[in-house]
Amino acid sequence: MLKRMTTWWVFFRVSLEERMVYRGDFMIGVMMRFLPFATQVFMFWAIYDTLQNSAGTESRLTGEIGGYDFYNLIAYLLLVTVTRAFSSMPGLTGGIARSVREGEIKKYLIQPVDMIGLLLVQRIAHKLVYYVIAFLPFAFWFFLFRDCFTNGFPQLHVFGLYILSLVLSFLMGYFLEACMGLIAFWYLEVGSLTFIYMLFSFFLSGHMFPLDWLPSEPFNFQILVDILPFKFLAYFPAAVFLGKVSGAELYQGVAIELAWVLFFFALSRILWNRGVRRYSGFGG
Amino acid sequence: MSIIEITGLCKNYRVYQKKEGLWQSVRGLFRREYREVQAVRDVNLSVDAGEFVAFLGPNGAGKTTTLKLLSGVINPSSGSATVMGHVPWLRDNEYRRRFALVMGQKNQLWWDLPAQESFRLHQHIYGIDRVQFQRTQDELTELLDVKRLLNQPVRELSLGERMKMELTAALLHSPSVLFLDEPTIGLDVIAQHNIQQFLKFYQQERQITILLTSHYMKDILALCQRVVIIADGTIQYDGSLSGILDQFSTHKLVTLQLAEGESFAGLEQIAPVEKLQPPKVIFRVPRLDVPHVLSRTLNERQVVDVVVEDPPIEEIIAEVFSIASAKSADQAREAKTAGVGG
Repeated sequence: MLKRMTTWWVFFRVSLEERMVYRGDFMIGVMMRFLPFATQVFMFWAIYDTLQNSAGTESRLTGEIGGYDFYNLIAYLLLVTVTRAFSSMPGLTGGIARSVREGEIKKYLIQPVDMIGLLLVQRIAHKLVYYVIAFLPFAFWFFLFRDCFTNGFPQLHVFGLYILSLVLSFLMGYFLEACMGLIAFWYLEVGSLTFIYMLFSFFLSGHMFPLDWLPSEPFNFQILVDILPFKFLAYFPAAVFLGKVSGAELYQGVAIELAWVLFFFALSRILWNRGVRRYSGFGG
Repeated sequence: MSIIEITGLCKNYRVYQKKEGLWQSVRGLFRREYREVQAVRDVNLSVDAGEFVAFLGPNGAGKTTTLKLLSGVINPSSGSATVMGHVPWLRDNEYRRRFALVMGQKNQLWWDLPAQESFRLHQHIYGIDRVQFQRTQDELTELLDVKRLLNQPVRELSLGERMKMELTAALLHSPSVLFLDEPTIGLDVIAQHNIQQFLKFYQQERQITILLTSHYMKDILALCQRVVIIADGTIQYDGSLSGILDQFSTHKLVTLQLAEGESFAGLEQIAPVEKLQPPKVIFRVPRLDVPHVLSRTLNERQVVDVVVEDPPIEEIIAEVFSIASAKSADQAREAKTAGVGG
């Protein structure tokens, strides 16, 4: 056990070093993450503005859509950007699929290591470097929009659960995307699967707009959102921070998120074990 | 005592038969035809500890598939194998700590980092004691003359240097069994030679068991006492390199240097002429006819020099390959006609 921990520690350090090799590319990647956020701010600004004008009230931008006024919405979108920084796993699915297709995966089969564990350690290292670099731009946006958080800072225990839900959303994102990558053992190309996943997560994770906005007629989307895991990838932690979920519902939500993490963790082990048995060692 | 034991090992692949053209591709979406490819067919082999065995065979003969089976990367369709008492495809860690696989066309090192970092990682993955690790690393990098490159990112190394680093990485944990899949592919003559020398020295020093596949006869001539020829997934020959000549070489090459002024006309009546480059003539003679051809030429012409030799080993092996593939084509045809008849 101790041995495995030190191996992971060394792997963690090596991953950190590796991440810092291509500085320029990395910095641009960090900055680009805020581009969708900025776009959304301008778009919703225009929408709320129109809403205001047609209502004919004097003070600007106080109209509500589905329980969010403009300021609530900005706070929501900013928090969703934070969740996405935890739950999104750029290149994970494709990377695993490529290493299956091109045979890089062999080294994990030959060496006494566990690929899913090592890739998790690597991902943690990459994320940490990312947070360090992204801290300043995030601080800037939060400072700029500080007035949008009209409910103030959450209570300490809520904040604790918020952090927990973020960590769980990281783990869920990791194991979910790892599972998709492992499907490459059966279907070598998983590009379209990734695309479908992205499409679903766009609408059902709350990444583009608050999930409270989804209609209940003619079909109750709320049911769909609740039975699927996607909301934990963006909406849920933000909702916790904003106090949209509270009481028993809050604890229940975190418990369900944990259950999803365990589900995808178990699924990834099963896919791995079945997959390598099926694997035919492509690429020389 | 045998360290590798293979009995009746088979590996079939199911490959999708894609037909040419767009329409066929569309059809392929709904109905796929698969073909069974028998990459390895009933391979039986036993290797003793400390042997250096070469796998020879044309591309797609099943050499690499056999190595993949032995290193546990893939599971067999049937048959069994043990290496040091372990079944490779169970991939238990105890086994994985005791062997290594080096593939000439794949790298295990971190591309963007110095090899030193990858080595350090290997130290922990394989649980190598620190002092031992330092000593082994020094020894290997000195032998391979890459010590000065340890701190350079791997992507900046030449192919030969990278291969040396790959070898070092694979040997850090002092494996008892080493599988080498075309370790010298794409390397220049000097780098090839260096790696051969290294492997030879290391194997003799440590008495480890090595299975090597290579297309370069020079690798095999320099290194291996035992050669296994695989073609069409089955073993065609297993024995010493010189044994191949005895078993498969039906001809000898007889080179005669004729005295000045001797006529070259009519030589082809003595024996088939392989090559004529005055003042030399090279006959290709069935082995049993060599004395007869020699005495006849010596009688009829004035000869300055005589050399009798085996044809180049590559040529003989190529012959073995083509015999094997012709045989399997025959078998396939027979099976087909039998199928039609039945």
